[in-house]
Amino acid sequence: MTANNSTATQVKNGVNVEALLGAREALEKAPEAAQFKWRASCEWLNGTHSRSTIGKFFGLGAEQSRDTTFTVEADHPKVFASEDHAPTPVELVLSGLASCLTAGVAAIAQRRGIQLHSVKATLEADMDIQGILGIDDDVRNGFGAIRVHFDIRADADEDDIKALVAQSQKRSAVFDIITNPTAVFVTVN
Amino acid sequence: MRSATAIIIGAGHSGLAMSWHLTARSIDHVVLERGEIAHSWRTERWDSLRLLTPNWQSRLPGHGYAGADRDGFMTMPEVVHFLQRYAEVSRAPVIPGVRVTRVRQDAEGYELSTSQGGWRCRQLVIASGACNLASVPSLSAGLPTKVASLTPMQYRRPDLLPDGGVMIVGASASGVQLAREIQAAGRRVVLSVGEHVRMPRTYRGRDIQWWMDAIGAMDLRYDAAENIERARRLPSPQLVGTPERATVDLNSLRQAGVELVGRLAGLRDGKAQFSGSLANVCALADLKMNRLLAAIDAWVTASGLEQRFAAPHRPAPTVVGAGTKLSLDLIAEGIATVIWATGYRPDYSWLDVPVLDRHGRIRHDGGVVAAPGLYVMGLPFMRRRKSSFIDGAAGDAADLAAHLHQSLDRAAA
Repeated sequence: MTANNSTATQVKNGVNVEALLGAREALEKAPEAAQFKWRASCEWLNGTHSRSTIGKFFGLGAEQSRDTTFTVEADHPKVFASEDHAPTPVELVLSGLASCLTAGVAAIAQRRGIQLHSVKATLEADMDIQGILGIDDDVRNGFGAIRVHFDIRADADEDDIKALVAQSQKRSAVFDIITNPTAVFVTVN
Repeated sequence: MRSATAIIIGAGHSGLAMSWHLTARSIDHVVLERGEIAHSWRTERWDSLRLLTPNWQSRLPGHGYAGADRDGFMTMPEVVHFLQRYAEVSRAPVIPGVRVTRVRQDAEGYELSTSQGGWRCRQLVIASGACNLASVPSLSAGLPTKVASLTPMQYRRPDLLPDGGVMIVGASASGVQLAREIQAAGRRVVLSVGEHVRMPRTYRGRDIQWWMDAIGAMDLRYDAAENIERARRLPSPQLVGTPERATVDLNSLRQAGVELVGRLAGLRDGKAQFSGSLANVCALADLKMNRLLAAIDAWVTASGLEQRFAAPHRPAPTVVGAGTKLSLDLIAEGIATVIWATGYRPDYSWLDVPVLDRHGRIRHDGGVVAAPGLYVMGLPFMRRRKSSFIDGAAGDAADLAAHLHQSLDRAAA
């Protein structure tokens, strides 16, 4: 059976679950405030090297700014005749999936009263680059498969840890983005 | 305009159980039934369907299964006969052939427009069923027109389906039963699997419903559930009622030749797109099933009854093939029919009382609706986990009849 919630305050995974639950309760009553818009912009630097900027977003019914505007760079490795200044975009997608699932594991562990000691996700994705090179139109551009392996040390039995990882996938935005189709609209000036 | 102190809409198991309790309290009432007793059981079920609960569990106030096959599962004609007999022995004041077309609230209570004229009452019990309409997702609009689109309420048997393959969307009780039957009839079956509840038919020598009943899981009250909204939305368990007490799960379906794919995520250009989350929904279902079985084991141990039951075991984990499809060209692959086993919901289109939420669900507190003198029966986890089962009607009807009686007394005082 699920861990008793009354023990939740005794574990310290550094996730403020009370705040998240409070937000859920508030948003159930005001679903319009749950409409978020996430944004990013990207500027070409040179070659395959680019820099994305991530700052303001819209949520809780208003424009939200944050203390820092973050930048993330992307490039391609030398095997693609690039200069390798930064990870490739597909590696950033993998790291996005890893971080999203890991954050989920921590939040759900906190909620279920499970003390974590360490969480490590290792990801590997298959890609047949005949697709992106236009060699074979039957080969998809994106990943053929992604494998995620978690090593988790926690005060919980094996099934409870498996349940953390399963629930984290169920609630993960990036997992959903990768596993389900999304309509994409691209315009240009 | 005719009148009664209380009116019950629907002469199914819920309405008849409520009628029994109102009779016991000498509350003047009628049961309005759009067709005949047990109308939905007669007309809205497929041919081979049997109850998912064993016969002994068909317990209604003042009435129960009296046949010889206590561990069997009733066919639909048997359910109809059982409820007809119940209406007779309890002398329920059923008026058949009366379809309620509109309900309005007035100062005295409720005014009903029906196919047989007007009715007025002070107290109204909605027992018209939780499964009047099949829920079909809006993405179904993208289905190619060549492909037949059915719901389980329209399906009768495999040989009435158009020739060709069948894609079943949804792997709850309806979806897995139809997949099993249509595959066995020699058709190609693709089963699209989202979140589901896995349960073995029998465990440690007893029916799973016997265990759920014994450990008290079916009696869990709505106000004691950890998250009642989620519990009410839970899909029905993967169970089938057969004479051989077969377990139907994704492993057995796969072994029979059913092709498993993920949740249907899109229909575009004649192609179905499936989510890549199949492995995870199966892992979640396996973990939850094992938690239920562990709770049963803990109950057996705590009761000191180990010697009475077979040894504990765990069904094999669900095997998800590595070659799971993410898309399927319906026309090219010869899929002629899609069956939307994606759930059911009640029909309140006739209810002109502002008690529905933004999803069209009725707002209630354990069946007491947010309008004076209005009650609902038979919804999933309404007052107890078993509220939508035949076995759940007795307790809920007793509670709500007491509430109804009390509020009549208050009004009289």
